[in-house]
Amino acid sequence: MSTLSQLDKLEAEAIHIMREVAAECEKPVMLYSIGKDSSVMLRLAQKAFYPEKPPFPLMHIDTTWKFKEMIEFRDKVAEESGMEMIVYSNQDGIDKGINPFDHGSIYTDVMKTQALKAALDKYGFTAAFGGGRRDEEKSRAKERIFSFRNSKHAWDPKNQRPEMWKLYNTQIIKGESIRVFPLSNWTERDIWQYIERENIPIVPLYFAKERPVVYRDGNIIMVDDDRMKLREGEKVEMKKVRFRTLGCYPLTGGVESDAVTLPEIIEETLSAVSSERTSRVIDYEGAASMERRKREGYF
Amino acid sequence: MKGLLKFITCGSVDDGKSTLIGHMLYDAKLIFTDQEKALEMDSKIGSNDGEPDYSLLLDGLMAEREQGITIDVAYRYFTTENRSFIVADTPGHEEYTRNMAVGASFADLAILLTDASKGVLIQTRRHLRICALMGIKHFVFVINKMDIVDYDKRVFEKIKADIMDLMEDIEYENIYVIPVSATKGDNLTTLSDKTPWFDGVPLLEYLENIDTESENTDKPFVMPVQRVCRPDRTFRGFQGQIEEGTVKPGDKITALPSGETAVVTEVYVCDNMVRQAISGQPVTICIDREMDISRGCVIVGETDAKVANLFRSQVLWMDDEPLQTGKSYYLKIGTKKILASITRVCHGIDINSGKRVTCDTLNKNEIGVCEIMTADKVVLAQFSKINSLGCFILIDGESNMTSACGVVKRELNREDNVVWQDMDITREIREKELGQKAKTVWFTGLSGAGKSTLANALEKRLLMLGKHTMILDGDNVRHGLNSNLSFGEEDRAENIRRIAEAARLINDAGIIVLVSAIAPYEKDRRNAADIIGEAFREVYVSTPKEECAKRDVKGLYAKAERNEIKDFTGVNSPYEIPHNADLVIDTTGKEINDCVDELMKLFIED
Repeated sequence: MSTLSQLDKLEAEAIHIMREVAAECEKPVMLYSIGKDSSVMLRLAQKAFYPEKPPFPLMHIDTTWKFKEMIEFRDKVAEESGMEMIVYSNQDGIDKGINPFDHGSIYTDVMKTQALKAALDKYGFTAAFGGGRRDEEKSRAKERIFSFRNSKHAWDPKNQRPEMWKLYNTQIIKGESIRVFPLSNWTERDIWQYIERENIPIVPLYFAKERPVVYRDGNIIMVDDDRMKLREGEKVEMKKVRFRTLGCYPLTGGVESDAVTLPEIIEETLSAVSSERTSRVIDYEGAASMERRKREGYF
Repeated sequence: MKGLLKFITCGSVDDGKSTLIGHMLYDAKLIFTDQEKALEMDSKIGSNDGEPDYSLLLDGLMAEREQGITIDVAYRYFTTENRSFIVADTPGHEEYTRNMAVGASFADLAILLTDASKGVLIQTRRHLRICALMGIKHFVFVINKMDIVDYDKRVFEKIKADIMDLMEDIEYENIYVIPVSATKGDNLTTLSDKTPWFDGVPLLEYLENIDTESENTDKPFVMPVQRVCRPDRTFRGFQGQIEEGTVKPGDKITALPSGETAVVTEVYVCDNMVRQAISGQPVTICIDREMDISRGCVIVGETDAKVANLFRSQVLWMDDEPLQTGKSYYLKIGTKKILASITRVCHGIDINSGKRVTCDTLNKNEIGVCEIMTADKVVLAQFSKINSLGCFILIDGESNMTSACGVVKRELNREDNVVWQDMDITREIREKELGQKAKTVWFTGLSGAGKSTLANALEKRLLMLGKHTMILDGDNVRHGLNSNLSFGEEDRAENIRRIAEAARLINDAGIIVLVSAIAPYEKDRRNAADIIGEAFREVYVSTPKEECAKRDVKGLYAKAERNEIKDFTGVNSPYEIPHNADLVIDTTGKEINDCVDELMKLFIED
């Protein structure tokens, strides 16, 4: 009798988690960030509940600074999946003109963290799936699969509930919520291999292509629209680049690459010498910046 | 390529767990350059001598870096040419035992670190015990800091012998003992020339080759139902993960706890209809008839799973709030969540020595054996037989905290269970619940002999020992139950009969009764002995009449002498001295405590 492959096991674990949440949590939602991890998570949800549609909506927190191709992709996914796609932006932040160029870390807080909290409160979601993986970053490596947030959405890393075997404790009191990470045990390599195996559509930005970019503080930033303000001495160049992670375009560094197919991306990933979060500018604001943001409610 | 290996590392605070894994990843060139850069950067703060501090690769939380210890499980992922690994790096400190257990419940293999200069410490025993409790069967003992003991073979052999002694009580499949230095890197990825006497393979090579997969597909089919899938009227499927065995269309299945049977018509793995599904796969199963199956039910083939509402288990208490017997907790077992209570703590287990200890509660990080009763029948199995139906958690309904985790030792046998289900609760069951034998200790003797005083003092002593008691005082009973009776011979007989009947009823509740009543006539006392039966113990308080009259607490002797009371025992009414009393006590000139010590002899058999 054959045994399950590593991807089969990871798939089974994620599906088990999703079914537990659907069965035990009152009002779940799946946070959809448009990235490759979200694409994998969505596919897993479709498999988990087949022939039913996943019994929860998708939600995208739109900072209004995402790559154009991401938004196009999101709208297509919403249509094809037949699932409800809630799009939420922090209108107050937009009105105040909060942007990634002038406001630095305040921007992330207002347009992502605060927006996420407000959206969860607005709809009263009690559990939110996120595509976070433990191999991404050190504080995430310590987070449980079911991660509890108090009514202020704060995480208390020193007092996490024990999580034993596959027996998840989903009990919360009113106002509290759970962030659930079904991909906790996946690595970047697993994600790419699964995308290839399952033929999962992803945003074209992951594939190398000639794109208009500038070099800024050691990162390659794509000039996605005319809101991008050039600094003195910067000039826009056409370079063959791709992105290992996707976020707000001014905060997402690309890598020069010739990888235009999935096998090439996988090949590049397996021999990569820097971990994928390098290309996220915000992670470098201090050794423990991710943990601090998570305590404050960042996903 | 071998399948994924999940392992944990455990050891005491300074044994160097994080350093071991950090250094192994570094030497195997499995660290990304930016993490390496961050390590160098962090090291400037975290280390004194300028050498890289490999542990910083793992100690992720700010609080941990500040304290220099690991407080929660950190999961690390790495892949060599031969295998993928997930390592749960777990805290060593006793205060964080529960976090270690989280890592252990996740792992197939445990690496236990021992400091070569210290040998097998009490912590190693604790970690080993928790790993075994959580079901780990493969153990690697890393004897670390061999550099400090000059790579002395004798030191290694001595510790290895101690470890083998330790393993005698543990159920395991594989054990490997290896000498290393985590800081220097000896025997991590390559064999060290410092230990030419060691004839094993390096740690990483051992981990790449160890086989931990147990063959689950040959076992009978087991699938706890996670949810029922009903997209429309035409489709009804049961979704869950196959824990053991296989399933295919045409298989006969049984739904537990109901015991109803059906035949499988369709099997889906995710979104594909398949001819057969195997252990570990997420499936949707359709059957050939309408059956009442919901979340928490278990669909099985020919299986060892049991249906019970009372079972014995070994638990690890994880909550700051101690265990409370009789309190309602949510029990989650398989996919079933149900109210349950701990009816009894049978005994504790000293987490360090493994010895049994007497206790009636468990505090945070303590292990014990308990009996748990559920509000309704649940499907369960011995943990050693079916892992997934043998482990559970207890959730505090008020705080929502995961208060405990545990494994089923055995369901309490059918006969016991039938008794519970029929609510046919006997004196023996109540006694067992209360942890005592019901008895009636009857104090007879003259008025003022000290009967009530003795009964009171004895009751206090019993209460201190956790016993449940009730006093029936002859004088007090006459105010209520027996208020219509006089002191004539016939009414005295009725008085004793009623007290004896009341005592027997209270004994039936499992409670110890202390009666203080003069009961002057032998025939009445024999009658009481017959009513109460085996539980009857007679204590003759033989304090002489002169002493009693001298005490005359209630002024009754004086009144009787003046003939103001008639039928007063010892003065104008006879007292027949008992000849078969279980104990005779003359309280004259005695300390009350000495008397109670003597009375406790009546309880020695318990």
